[in-house]
Amino acid sequence: MSALPIADAAPLLELRGITKRYRMGDSHVHALQDVDLAITRNEYVAFIGPSGSGKTTLMNIVGCLDRPSAGTYFLNGKNVEDMDDTQLARIRNREIGFVFQNFNLLGRADALHNVMQPLVYRGTPLRERRRLATEALQRVGLAQRLDHLPNQLSGGQRQRVAIARALVGSPSILLADEPTGNLDSSTAQEIMAMFATLHEAGNTIVLVTHDAEVAAHAHRTITLRDGRVIGDARRATPGAA
Amino acid sequence: MRLLEAARAAWNAIRAHLLRAALTVLGMVIGVAAVIVVVAVLQGFAHTITSQFKSLGSNGLIIVPYETRRAALAGRQARLTPGDLIAIRQQVRGIEDVVPMLPMARFGGTVRYDNRSTASSITATTPAFARGGVQYPAQGRFIVPGDDATRRPVAVIGDAVIKNLSLPAHPEGHYIQMFGTWFKVVGVLNKLGTLLGVLNQDNQIYIPFETGVSLSGRSTPPEIVIQLQVARAREIDSIKSRITRVLRQRHHLQAAQQDDFKIQSSGQLIKALTKVFDIITLVVAGIVGIALLVGGVGIMNVLLVSVTERTREIGVLKSLGATRGDILLQFILEAVLLSILGALIGLSLGWGLSALVAHLVPPLAAARVPGWLVALALGFTAIVGLIFGIAPAAKAAALDPIDALRYE
Repeated sequence: MSALPIADAAPLLELRGITKRYRMGDSHVHALQDVDLAITRNEYVAFIGPSGSGKTTLMNIVGCLDRPSAGTYFLNGKNVEDMDDTQLARIRNREIGFVFQNFNLLGRADALHNVMQPLVYRGTPLRERRRLATEALQRVGLAQRLDHLPNQLSGGQRQRVAIARALVGSPSILLADEPTGNLDSSTAQEIMAMFATLHEAGNTIVLVTHDAEVAAHAHRTITLRDGRVIGDARRATPGAA
Repeated sequence: MRLLEAARAAWNAIRAHLLRAALTVLGMVIGVAAVIVVVAVLQGFAHTITSQFKSLGSNGLIIVPYETRRAALAGRQARLTPGDLIAIRQQVRGIEDVVPMLPMARFGGTVRYDNRSTASSITATTPAFARGGVQYPAQGRFIVPGDDATRRPVAVIGDAVIKNLSLPAHPEGHYIQMFGTWFKVVGVLNKLGTLLGVLNQDNQIYIPFETGVSLSGRSTPPEIVIQLQVARAREIDSIKSRITRVLRQRHHLQAAQQDDFKIQSSGQLIKALTKVFDIITLVVAGIVGIALLVGGVGIMNVLLVSVTERTREIGVLKSLGATRGDILLQFILEAVLLSILGALIGLSLGWGLSALVAHLVPPLAAARVPGWLVALALGFTAIVGLIFGIAPAAKAAALDPIDALRYE
């Protein structure tokens, strides 16, 4: 891996000229066109835009679930572009923590085992996995629910398990895709408060949403439309938590 | 480490749908149970038969009349006669317990008692026959030299004859009628039981050899089989050639003519029998192997469906950092574990069934499941699982994480 000239405020992730094309029949559809973006450590960013704007595609690329058609992507100093599937899986495992709209918990596993799962792919010994997962669940206030299956938990509790699972491996970025989309408004408030706390604790958070109210919690809002970045606004004062 | 984790994940997936898993491996279960039962019964059968021959001793020889097909077509009929027996006794040294066996009624001669009658296998032989150890008198006595010398009309009968004729439990002293002559029952043979529930080995009657000869010897000389023991095992080949010389001379065979008899040693018979059983075992194993392959296809089919069903789960695991290899390993192990599970159920089922068969058919009491068979069944099913697990596992591993996560 080539050493990069990293400045003091070196970005945690840096996208240059990212383009994503899909083939649809004879024509190509541009989901993303020439996106340049840099996010530094401990930023709280929201990708906002209507459906079809390319925000989900961008999140997939940032989350190393997908590869761009063109452009370069450096994550934590590593060029992700050249990586094969196995290396990408390793990056997802160590650098990214996903939180999904529909929670995506493993239905057969209890809360503790859901949270332990990412550590399995890291080769963490069982005892250590158990300890780290228990800690992560304590942090999201679910210490009393370790042995509950997802279907025995409320929506808010499920999303908190998902957040614990995203956090357990201490990733570089927490990537949340419409994290409150399936929750009622008071539970949504709870979850957003939790993100604020996590941000204060030093985590880098990227929210993907179409909801301006949710995006208002972030400190920086990147607006997408038709596959292009059309706005990048920073706020000095964070929105109400 | 990685293997252990994948095995744990595979086991959890199986445990989540135990009933489905059990139904999935049904083919495997039946295949393995079938192989266990068939091989165990065959082995028990072979064991029983060879042990009967073994009681003849490794020094035993059997001389039977034998005609080549060509000679038989030419109208010649090979036979051994009491004259041959005497010649062997007198001219061949180093042999003992020369026992002639004269089948009086090979497929059942009529035996009467009171107004009842039955059909039994009737053989005339000498006292030395009981020295073989397979058959001995359980009650009364066997034929004694005096019976033979004076052609006494006495009979030693099998257990089944008592039942068929409703003789008293201790029939010694009673008279039964065969070939128009009254025979005094002097003994009852030990029970041998039935072979495979069909062949009743106890429907036997033995009479003194000379009595048999005098009953049948009027028209043509009787046709016999000769059993004998060689005193010293190392002389077996020289004794065989001496007997051959004596019999060829007595049968007036020219140098160009083939022997019209065969000298078989019990070792040879056991070898031939063992070979037959081995071939049957191989054929059965082949058929069962095909059954196991079909079972493997069943497992593959269910796993392919299961991969589709768990697409979302696979997507989640990939988003959490599972590599292709992790997913591949988990699904292959799931197939292997399922197969082994099936094999284990099949093994216990087969073991139970062969124990039951052995219980119902006493001569098969030796029916047991050999260790190599257990190892083979487990190994083979594991390999079948491995092979048929590859397709579903590859399908799962190749899933695109984004598509998989979106799958409804």
